[in-house]
Amino acid sequence: MSTMIEAGAVNRAENRSDWALWLRQIRAIMRIEISKNFWGRRAFLIYLLAAVPVFLMFLLSIVHTDGGKDITRNWAASQEVFGYIYEYLILQTIVFFGCAWIFMNLFRGEMVDKSLHYYFLCPLRREVLVAGKYLSGLVASATLFTLSTIGSLFFLYYARGYPANVNFLFDGPGIWQVFDYIGITILGCLGYGAVFLFIGLFFRNPIIPALLVYGWEWINFLLPPVLKKISIVHYLHTLAPVPMSEGPLATVVAATSPLISVPSLILFTAAVIAFASIRIRRMEIQYGGE
Amino acid sequence: MMNQTSEQESIAMNIGPDHLIIFENVSKFYGEILGVNRVSLSIAPGITSLVGPNGSGKTTLMNLMTGLIQPTRGRISILGISPGDPQTLFRRLGYCGQFDSFPKGMTGYEFVNSFLGVHGYTRKEAEERTWKAIERVDLIEAANRKVAGYSKGMRQRIRLAQSIAHEPEVMVLDEPLNGLDPMARSETMRLFRQLAKEGLHLIISSHILHEVDMMSDRVVLINNGYILAEGGVQGVRDEMGEHPMQIMIRCDRPQEFAAKVFASDNVVEAQLHEDKLGLFIKTRNAEAFYLLLNRVVVESGMNIEMVTPVDDDLNAVYHYLIGSNGGGQA
Repeated sequence: MSTMIEAGAVNRAENRSDWALWLRQIRAIMRIEISKNFWGRRAFLIYLLAAVPVFLMFLLSIVHTDGGKDITRNWAASQEVFGYIYEYLILQTIVFFGCAWIFMNLFRGEMVDKSLHYYFLCPLRREVLVAGKYLSGLVASATLFTLSTIGSLFFLYYARGYPANVNFLFDGPGIWQVFDYIGITILGCLGYGAVFLFIGLFFRNPIIPALLVYGWEWINFLLPPVLKKISIVHYLHTLAPVPMSEGPLATVVAATSPLISVPSLILFTAAVIAFASIRIRRMEIQYGGE
Repeated sequence: MMNQTSEQESIAMNIGPDHLIIFENVSKFYGEILGVNRVSLSIAPGITSLVGPNGSGKTTLMNLMTGLIQPTRGRISILGISPGDPQTLFRRLGYCGQFDSFPKGMTGYEFVNSFLGVHGYTRKEAEERTWKAIERVDLIEAANRKVAGYSKGMRQRIRLAQSIAHEPEVMVLDEPLNGLDPMARSETMRLFRQLAKEGLHLIISSHILHEVDMMSDRVVLINNGYILAEGGVQGVRDEMGEHPMQIMIRCDRPQEFAAKVFASDNVVEAQLHEDKLGLFIKTRNAEAFYLLLNRVVVESGMNIEMVTPVDDDLNAVYHYLIGSNGGGQA
């Protein structure tokens, strides 16, 4: 009996030390990858992409002579306009292509650079490698696109002036709207990140599947209810703080509650990452065809 | 295949599988293209060189050993560990591959240090090991420069440092002498010999046959995905009974010597040296020929200056088995 207890204690200690090792390894992978994501030669394009909505909101609020006044006079309409800009420009274009670039390059970029084998030659479970790479992509994309979202909101509020904003942000629903937009951006990075990591791992030419996903997300409003739910944008759309119409052609579907959409997205992400982790165990390094 | 079964059996009898690198009937196909076929090997500690022309399957064997590719058939065991268990294997194995590529933007120090971090070492441990490895390959002064600015030889050395930094028991080195200047080559070979003396397995592929000859404890000759011969260079040569051995003799009366020995069944060819002060003898049985030589010398009172085999080196073995000489390069 005492032997069994001792064996159990040893197993628990080994499990704990395994987890400690995996966490150290994930941190080391993240140090390498985050620095590449922010300072590597591929990062420039992402900075440009993240700057687009901020620049557009800057133009809307400053350059147009009546822009500021329009926003102040028609605050509700301005919020709705921002809602469309957010959903169609920021989320479905900037975050989408930004995540495609960041997450597909996590593995595909290393195959093109012929440097992935350095990871494969470490005493590292491949699942841990997938987790480390995914998390580093998530940190990079969530940071950049959250800043881009905050920057865009800043110019929306800036045009309205100081006292009105203080009231809206701290006495009204403003601060929660900001958190909602940030949350949607992070969830977008979470979901799209998993999809593009998977595509980057298993497709030699990831552009075509990425464009297919892009098309699927854009025609989502036209799809029948069952198919509509097989998308990321559907769940993100239901979380939008300002309700928006999908247009006259849209299929009418009951809105999914955030209590379902958020866990669904997280579960979907976990499932894609788990599947990628299983597939990567059999992955071989053959740079010849890259 | 020559020499292989008896060598493997004797190795396996003397050393347990936990100290050997074992290939059991391993084949690898890339679609319909053959990588290696039915390879069975038992590799003991020391320096083992894989020798063969380009595309013969050397890198495939190394990639199979390290799990970068998986065998289509067969089983591989590295010190009792499967290449499918990287978490255990790469604590004990280091691979310096042929890919001359690096993660972008890193200095030599960062390159070695970052991947020690991925091994799971703490920052302090990783730092100590990094400097030790960089010192071993003599790159201390360039350690903080970007790898992109290194010469080919320096890049080769920093990759070597990265593969030895965790002090593995097995090192797999694909063309590790490529790009090194003569001084660095000799230093690196000295390092390999030192590591082998410490009891490590070193599996090396090289094109430079005379260097392989100098440093290897045994060779594996491979061509078109098949192992042609395996063992000590001398042993492999001795097994090649169908290929006559060539011996050069310098003596005062070479013509008379040729006439006397040519009558023997063991001598298949006698050719005078162009300076007329020696001759080349081809024999199928070197030991019998040496007895004959002694008898001729005693009987004729000939003055023999030198007797030396001229084709018992790796170059000759390679030439016989693979059919290409290439001036000392495979």
